[in-house]
Amino acid sequence: MRDVANRALNIAQQFGASYVDVRIMERTSEGIEVKNGRVEGVSSGTSAGFNVRVIVNGAWGFASSARIDEAEAVRVATYAVQIARASALVAGEPVQLSPLTPQRGYYRTPMERDPFTVPLNRKVQLLLDADAAMRSVQGVAITSGEMEYSHEHKIFVSSEGSDIEQDLFDTGAAISASAVDPSSSEIQTRSYPNSFGRQAGTVGYEFIEAMDLVNHGARIGEEAVKLLTAKQCPSGLKTIILDGPQVALQVHESCGHPIELDRVLGMEAGFVGKSFLTTDKLNSNYRYGSDTVNLTADATIPGALGTFGWDDEGVPAQRTAIVSNGIFTGYLMSRDTAPMLGLTSNGCVRADGWNRLPMIRMTNVSLEPATWTLADLIADTDDGIFMSINKSWSIDDRRLNFQFGVEMAYEIKNGKLGEMLKNATYTGITPQFWGSCDAICNRDEWSVWGTPNCGKGEPMQVMRTGHGAAPARFRNVQVGVGNW
Amino acid sequence: MFSNETSVRALLQKVLSHSQANQTEAVYLGTESALTRFANNGIHQNVAESNHELRVRAVLGKRVGVATTNRLDDESLRRVTEQALEIARLQPENPEFHSLPEPQPIVPAAGYSDRTAQFSPEERAQRVGIIVRLARERGLEAAGAFSTNASHVAVANSLGIFAYEPRTDSECHAVVMADERGSGYTQRMATDASTLDFEALAYEAVEKAQRSRNPIDIPLGEYQVVLDTYAVGDMLQNLIFMGLSATAVQEERSFMNGQFGKQLLEPRVTIYDDGHDPAGLPQAFDYEGVPKQRVVMFNHGIANAVVYDSYTAAREGKPNTGHALPAPNSFGPAPTNTMMEAGDASMGELLKGVERGLYVTRFHYTNTVHPIKTLFTGMTRDGTFLIEHGELVSPVKNLRFTQSILEALANVQAIGRDRVQCSDYVTIVAPALRIGRFNFTGITGS
Repeated sequence: MRDVANRALNIAQQFGASYVDVRIMERTSEGIEVKNGRVEGVSSGTSAGFNVRVIVNGAWGFASSARIDEAEAVRVATYAVQIARASALVAGEPVQLSPLTPQRGYYRTPMERDPFTVPLNRKVQLLLDADAAMRSVQGVAITSGEMEYSHEHKIFVSSEGSDIEQDLFDTGAAISASAVDPSSSEIQTRSYPNSFGRQAGTVGYEFIEAMDLVNHGARIGEEAVKLLTAKQCPSGLKTIILDGPQVALQVHESCGHPIELDRVLGMEAGFVGKSFLTTDKLNSNYRYGSDTVNLTADATIPGALGTFGWDDEGVPAQRTAIVSNGIFTGYLMSRDTAPMLGLTSNGCVRADGWNRLPMIRMTNVSLEPATWTLADLIADTDDGIFMSINKSWSIDDRRLNFQFGVEMAYEIKNGKLGEMLKNATYTGITPQFWGSCDAICNRDEWSVWGTPNCGKGEPMQVMRTGHGAAPARFRNVQVGVGNW
Repeated sequence: MFSNETSVRALLQKVLSHSQANQTEAVYLGTESALTRFANNGIHQNVAESNHELRVRAVLGKRVGVATTNRLDDESLRRVTEQALEIARLQPENPEFHSLPEPQPIVPAAGYSDRTAQFSPEERAQRVGIIVRLARERGLEAAGAFSTNASHVAVANSLGIFAYEPRTDSECHAVVMADERGSGYTQRMATDASTLDFEALAYEAVEKAQRSRNPIDIPLGEYQVVLDTYAVGDMLQNLIFMGLSATAVQEERSFMNGQFGKQLLEPRVTIYDDGHDPAGLPQAFDYEGVPKQRVVMFNHGIANAVVYDSYTAAREGKPNTGHALPAPNSFGPAPTNTMMEAGDASMGELLKGVERGLYVTRFHYTNTVHPIKTLFTGMTRDGTFLIEHGELVSPVKNLRFTQSILEALANVQAIGRDRVQCSDYVTIVAPALRIGRFNFTGITGS
């Protein structure tokens, strides 16, 4: 494989590239889906290929192919140079890369049990057992469970002398139960441990075993049924407490995306938009949130979904302070964006396959824990709403105005959880919302939540990101949006 | 890449001959894709991809396994076929699985253009340059993408299906920004990339951007609206995901449940899916090799039908409409060539019917709030204007809406005569609409 990579490097340089990198990659994945008591699908897939990324005359070019051989290396490298020269026909600012010492080494995801070695029928049976537990609840109409695990082997070489090999594994699963009442046009869903796909990490099968999916099946089934007749979430300004998974999504959407420096610099403006965290806000004491809000981007958290050895530009994984005591302090950066601020890359570039351009992606962007227990936080709240697990999300093109819906909520009255509420939604403006955060739970309540389906870029790339989060409280939040 | 019918047929026959399963299906997808992306008035990302994938579905009694690979050497073909069978063998029976589909005659669709397949990086740059140049001349900033894709799709199964077609598509969209709050948008798609009018694209986005400077605040609440084609397309896409699949109906989680035959929408609204309509990107068959049928989901406002694949059709004893997605998938069949019938109103006529309301170019980041109530939320983007006495009088800051789609489509007052094909996850062909009321629930921050 290295012969193919080196051939591509040489050809691209011969044809005038001032910088070249080549990634050769194979991704193997298996997925299991069960639904309504039967196996919906079991699939196994392999995708292998390589890409050549070049800078010619200050402009980028990128070409990729599924055929890994030396003849194709020549064709693809030549094509990448041709594409870069075409880019220069409508040139923007010439590309500059932040410096990087040549990197060499090997990284493998630490784990106890390779999920591919666990017998398939055992994994299928686990999901079927969890499904049966959900279906044991009268009134549950739709049940589903899924498991997915993958292994990514990749080699990165560059014209600067980097030569890196990585074996990355990720594993995840989740179950969900829905209850439906056609007479009231009502459907309610509960998920465990998280919604929309799965809870996932760079971990082995031990992660799934620890979820104890089967023993949570009946509980979420009962909650879904109970939600059908629960009280509609009221409208108004309220104190809210978000559980860990919902805080994780809030961080993802209203912090993780707006700190992507490519977005800030307008590189995503034609698709998903820009960011309110413009460059003038860096190093100017811009208040992103209250004093209790501390956010980090850390690609070294053991087991987190956004953890790796090096990013896809060969920059070592690292930790960056994003918000310190409420003040905005840092971006997620690449080698070609950091120099625009006089900075160097902090290793946040990844591609979701051999056929995709590496771009700035969240690593593990986390809300750091504080001091509260959840029990104390609820006890300290006279009148509020506790909201659990996301079911709807939307945010504007500068990541300011957001609206989220959650699967389940409870009234909080005089420091105690009260009646269950359905269809709870809340909306706000990002810095005002984080400015209203007055309490965050402690490390015992803190977990890293995996987001396996973060979309960005054109062609679309789906990335795996992580978000450490604990339950947190926010004051004066608009809840109950829309006509129900 | 296997880029003609003879070579693809030989590949898939080889796969079928390797299989020891009771029934076997092989799906081939070969793609040559390129995309030129621009921002800050320059090309900043420019990519190309040559890929292929083979998907094998093995059936053993009522057990089904799927395996995929993008390695097409003999050993990999043999391995992926065995892997699919092994996966089938290791799982419990699905009592509701019936069979892979039987062959049906397929009418070819006009979905391929050699011109698109041959588009070069220099040609893409030249086209993008037209938009960038106009933006620069007007002191504006352009960002967007132009893609050209050629694919060869084939499905074969052991019951005798062999379906093959080459397909191409091209798409360009651009956001042109006048300032931090004022922007315009354009998007067009075509089977033949050389038919895209980039001058027209550039002027549409640039002129709207220039009108969008210095937007004002307006009070939140319900407004009469004119939704341009892009916004209508987004709304229809959300409707598809909320319940126009037979799977959603069979699971009783669709807004169509119990409503077939009822007048849900304004009588002038007809929504259909048609793989052969040249207004979209024509496709003759689905991912099971079944010919795509025209399905009218809403016929003059009456809830009429949803789409089926072989599995959902067999469950209900209904005809298969040819809307399968690649197996396995829990979503079920999906409309992928959805269109709303055009009306007879010009944009001027749509606006003229509004005493005080809002014109919306497009939506941003829409998402389902409640699927059975068809409630969705999102923001307006790239050109929202206050309408007074039938005229656009001022740009408005972007607004959040929280609205029932069925309710909006029940309150359609006029339908535009021009339709635009737009795409996000699926391709939609939509006209602009005037709607009696639309609920705006938030405004963007400063």
